[in-house]
Amino acid sequence: MTDNAQTTTEPPFWENLPGDLMMWVMIVSELLIFGAGLAVFLFLRLMDPAGFAEAQTYLHRTGAGIGTVVLVTSGWLAAVAAHSTDRIWRCRALLAGATLLGAVFMGIKGQEWADLFAQGISFETHVFFTFSFMLTGFHAAHVIAGMLLLAFVAIRPNPRSVEVGAAFWHMVDLVWILVFPVVYLL
Amino acid sequence: MKYKTQKIALAYFVTAMALFAVQVSLGLIMGWIYVDGNFLTEILPFNVARMLHTNSLVVWLLTGFFGAAYYLVPEESEQEIHSVKLAYLQLAILIIGTAGVVLTYTFNLFEGNFLLGKEGREFLEQPRWVKVGIVVAALIFLYNISMTVLKGKKTAITNILILGLWLIALLFLFAFYNPENLALDKQYWWFVIHLWVEGTWELVMASILAFLMMKLTGVDREIVEKWLYVIVATALFSGILGTGHHYFFIGMPGYWLWIGSIFSTFEVVPFFGMMAFAFVMVWKGRRDHPNKAALLWSLGCATLAFFGAGVWGFLHTLHGVNYYTHGTQITAAHGHLAFFGAYVALNLAIITYAMPQLLGRDPYNQVLNMASFWLMSSGMVFMTVTLTLAGTVQTHLQRVNGEGFMDVQDQLWIFFVMRFGSGVAVVLGALLFLYAVLRPRKEIVSPGPIERDRLKSDPDHIAAE
Repeated sequence: MTDNAQTTTEPPFWENLPGDLMMWVMIVSELLIFGAGLAVFLFLRLMDPAGFAEAQTYLHRTGAGIGTVVLVTSGWLAAVAAHSTDRIWRCRALLAGATLLGAVFMGIKGQEWADLFAQGISFETHVFFTFSFMLTGFHAAHVIAGMLLLAFVAIRPNPRSVEVGAAFWHMVDLVWILVFPVVYLL
Repeated sequence: MKYKTQKIALAYFVTAMALFAVQVSLGLIMGWIYVDGNFLTEILPFNVARMLHTNSLVVWLLTGFFGAAYYLVPEESEQEIHSVKLAYLQLAILIIGTAGVVLTYTFNLFEGNFLLGKEGREFLEQPRWVKVGIVVAALIFLYNISMTVLKGKKTAITNILILGLWLIALLFLFAFYNPENLALDKQYWWFVIHLWVEGTWELVMASILAFLMMKLTGVDREIVEKWLYVIVATALFSGILGTGHHYFFIGMPGYWLWIGSIFSTFEVVPFFGMMAFAFVMVWKGRRDHPNKAALLWSLGCATLAFFGAGVWGFLHTLHGVNYYTHGTQITAAHGHLAFFGAYVALNLAIITYAMPQLLGRDPYNQVLNMASFWLMSSGMVFMTVTLTLAGTVQTHLQRVNGEGFMDVQDQLWIFFVMRFGSGVAVVLGALLFLYAVLRPRKEIVSPGPIERDRLKSDPDHIAAE
């Protein structure tokens, strides 16, 4: 066997991806799942526009708006951190800031949910809530996962691992930017 | 065969093939019971036959996986198997357990006994002592294989294989919990069977397929591993929450309708990935391996798995569709092609690849083996089509028109007759396969001048290596 003699000269596309190929597989999968969820949500809304509009008034729009700003700011901090890996403590501080803002977002979310539950609203109340709880719940789970990931890469930050963490965190931002208008505003 | 302990695989493969013969024979008997409902009712009640057909399937596939692990782990980790004795002890336990199960079911021995009697739940009805035996055998296996890998080289293929096998064993533990509530019972047994075939078994499948493609096409390990990781990631991503598609209309909360529909839709991705992987590897291949039959089974496995598991699975995975098709012959159609494509064909591929080397001979009888592939596969595809048509008619008559179950079954007889015919083709194909793989030492159909010449002159075109 002449293993190396015929190796192609052009590097495969995944060599040029920032971070890690597996993170991009993950990101694409997540976007497909959330995309499908949002598409089904919009389709169901066509069947019952009045019911959806009424149910939507129970959500905390202002809180979610503030949450959006918090999350995007957090994403910005993570992006800056990805460019600061040559200065370890600055990088760690930025990642800590990003994680902290993630916690603030979760606080806002938790307060909204506590209020909804207190009013006796649950998954089964209306199909609008089935989806709003499911979409924002899955998203919240990803916020927590992202916070853990950012904390993890902050232990020993290097350009590649911070890039991987930041890529995941941006996906979490991006999903929220799609979920927020569709579920809260439209 | 580079390592002498790879020989262990031979005993496992032979056991697996024997059970395979039992499984398809029972399939044939049941195919006839569908045509003539009173056939053998006294001796072999339908529920027992069905249990034996599905259970022997799962057992022989797992036995094949164990054999495949014993075959490929030494080669991958460049290390002899830790303990040969333990490997045979494990096989003995599995055989005794299987025999115990068959006897207990067939004669309904020790009914109601906590330890010795069957448990009476679908798929997990094994008597407790057998379940304990399975766990002990699994522990022996995991110990043996893990020790081997820990001593030797760690490759992506063995890592994924071992991850899959460990998770298979851990998930089986749910079989010990049998709640009173039927919906909860179903919830837990899907933790076993769904997370097996649509999760952990896919890891095993992807890693065995990766091993086969690397050996058969000579593509660089690095490229094979990239594909392997991507396939495994998409399988777990979609498959774990995809469990929800079994929770439709059985008393589970309503949100499973949506989680199950959305996630399980993406279960088609890893199967498409495996098909693309197999064909791309052949396209990029840099060697002409003489075992063409193993390559045919590998490609056939990836393709039929995509159709059986991916396409036929999607067919009834959306809850709006499943509302009508739940538990009809559509399910049977999907089950048959999915298991055949993904796991039967995979086992037959690794057996076809390994047997010449385990028996120390050239890969003879390629043509017979390939004929068996076409016979079995076309039989199975035909069966899938007839069952799909039967399921469509059944759905309409029973679920839309509201006719009674047995009245509808009566009207489906023509499909069941055709299914029996396709079952005959599958059994003949299986017998031909066993003959081609086990029958020794000579070529039944001799090659022409081109193949003969290639065997003589091309150093890379070696026979058994």
